[in-house]
Amino acid sequence: MIIAQQKPIKDIAAMIEDCKKVLLVGCAGCVTVCLSGGEKETEVLASSLRIMRRLQGNPLETVTITATRQCDPEYIEPLENLVKDVDAIISLACGVGVQYLAERFHDKWVVPAQNTMFVGGSRTHGVWEERCGLCGDCILHRTGGICPIIRCSKSILNGPCGGSQYGKCEISKDVDCAWQLIYDRMKALGKLDKLMEIQPPKDWSKSRDGGPRKAIREDVMIG
Amino acid sequence: MKTESKLQKLLDSGHFAVTAEIGPPKHASAHGIRHHAQMLKDYVDATNITDCQTAIVRLSSIASAVHILDCGLEPIVQMTCRDRNRIAIQSDLLGAYSLGVRNLLCLSGDHQKFGNEPSAKNVYDIDSIQLIYLMRRMRDEKLFFSGEPIKEHEPRFFIGAVANPFADPFEFRVARLEKKVEAGAEFIQTQCIFDMERFERFMEMVRERGIHERVHILAGVTPLKSWRAAKYLQTSVSGMIVPDDIVERLKKADDPKREGIEICIEQIKHIRTIPGVHGVHIMAIAWEEVVPEIVERSGLYPRPKVE
Amino acid sequence: MRLQYSSNIRIIEMPCSGTIDHRVLLQAFEDGADGVFVAGCMEGDCHFQKGNYRAKKRVNAVKKLLDEIGLGGDRLEMYNLSAAMGPRFAEIANEMTERIRQLGPSPLRKNKAGTSRKEGDVA
Repeated sequence: MIIAQQKPIKDIAAMIEDCKKVLLVGCAGCVTVCLSGGEKETEVLASSLRIMRRLQGNPLETVTITATRQCDPEYIEPLENLVKDVDAIISLACGVGVQYLAERFHDKWVVPAQNTMFVGGSRTHGVWEERCGLCGDCILHRTGGICPIIRCSKSILNGPCGGSQYGKCEISKDVDCAWQLIYDRMKALGKLDKLMEIQPPKDWSKSRDGGPRKAIREDVMIG
Repeated sequence: MKTESKLQKLLDSGHFAVTAEIGPPKHASAHGIRHHAQMLKDYVDATNITDCQTAIVRLSSIASAVHILDCGLEPIVQMTCRDRNRIAIQSDLLGAYSLGVRNLLCLSGDHQKFGNEPSAKNVYDIDSIQLIYLMRRMRDEKLFFSGEPIKEHEPRFFIGAVANPFADPFEFRVARLEKKVEAGAEFIQTQCIFDMERFERFMEMVRERGIHERVHILAGVTPLKSWRAAKYLQTSVSGMIVPDDIVERLKKADDPKREGIEICIEQIKHIRTIPGVHGVHIMAIAWEEVVPEIVERSGLYPRPKVE
Repeated sequence: MRLQYSSNIRIIEMPCSGTIDHRVLLQAFEDGADGVFVAGCMEGDCHFQKGNYRAKKRVNAVKKLLDEIGLGGDRLEMYNLSAAMGPRFAEIANEMTERIRQLGPSPLRKNKAGTSRKEGDVA
């Protein structure tokens, strides 16, 4: 899922300081699962903003709603009635949701309440970890199911570098060296010889370096 | 002979090589590096020029190399994969060759987190092993990284790499060294050695695989100025092992700087007895002026001449 | 046993302190409370295992939030006591009342502009 973390409330408040009435739109997708932008977080943020503004003697009116997903036009469409009389929309979705709202309601001021951080999973309740670098050309079959693109701080394809010690990355004792993990796993699988192959340079044009990407499935297109 | 490198000529003809390291300054004057080059030129065969080491912005390694060449000393340009994509790396190395640089050391580079621009975006378009492979191919097969032919004047570098016997997983370190040799590395400089026992075990594994016959290994040493410097390397630099007895020896010394030099000389003398080591790389970090004494007292002076 | 405690306290009963939600706490302040305290069971005595620990974590999170938005986290506190500890309840009630008195009335009451919440329906 996409992991996002709410921005400091002061920053969000600053984005809407000129507004009298705002719509806060939560998202029932990834950000609900990672507990940062679902129904509850949307209401907490609305309440916090109202309190802040009342303390400033400049009350703010809020409307809250949580869409099934903000990354699908069909779930944004029904917001139209709510959008009409607000001065701004605060999206608690990932960056995709913010942009989908801005695209659909092009005459509205749409602001992000979250910092979209990474694609990952939950480690334990309340802890999420990055697992995929979205490089567009998966190599996990060559690295024992551990991604060096995102889990190695240097994205090294022929690791580990000389900064790996005691299983940790040179950047921090709290970060596992991805290549130590890869080594351990390949060893356990009896596939260490695979690590002797020189991995060729990566084709980054399949990643974001090639410009915004698009995926098309003609067989499911309608019309 | 594949290249015009003097270092390669020395190593290939069986001499025990001596290289040093010059760290470019955090300003735009070459005065200091030229001074160090003058001081070192009769005592070492070539000197590394670090490439913004520990990710601190410094005068460029290629520009520094030109000053050093001008002083009559052969430079080894360090190129990290941290700051340049494959376009910039190729362009800079074509330029370096055109300016007379003949030795290249390929590294991953320290993470930018350690430097003075921790919010910079790192590049790592390619890694150090890919860089070695691509530069070897550029020289021997006259191809750009993309595979496009170089019609003429391909750069012909003597290609080096680093090895860290003190990083983990230890048992894979020799394998990765072999991978670098497979990719095209012709000389290797190691991380500073303080744990001689571990280095000897490393060299034993190197000899078992016959790697020392395919590549020139230069053992890295660093004279320490104080026990605090030793302690810092021991506790704060990932991929370093500094045994406690070195820290203690410096702590007990009346003149720690002298003691640091003595330790370094002892280490070099010992390293010369280890089969398969073809030279020594002296990294006197911000202490370049002690290198001549260390070289002389280790019995490595005068340096052999090659044409 | 009839115990005297400050008469300015309004008790909201919940089945377990673990059902405390950030929203309930914030609503209390929005609706005009000068201070809020959550009374959970003694640590280790939760009928639902960890309800009171969870409550404490949430209370701490909301205290931080109250600091951030300028109302002040001191207006909120978590206490642990059992249902049999009547005198302790009275003591806490008086202690909290005293604390809030020192802090003064909620600044939200000075700027009371009516609640302005509206809820849309989920599409």
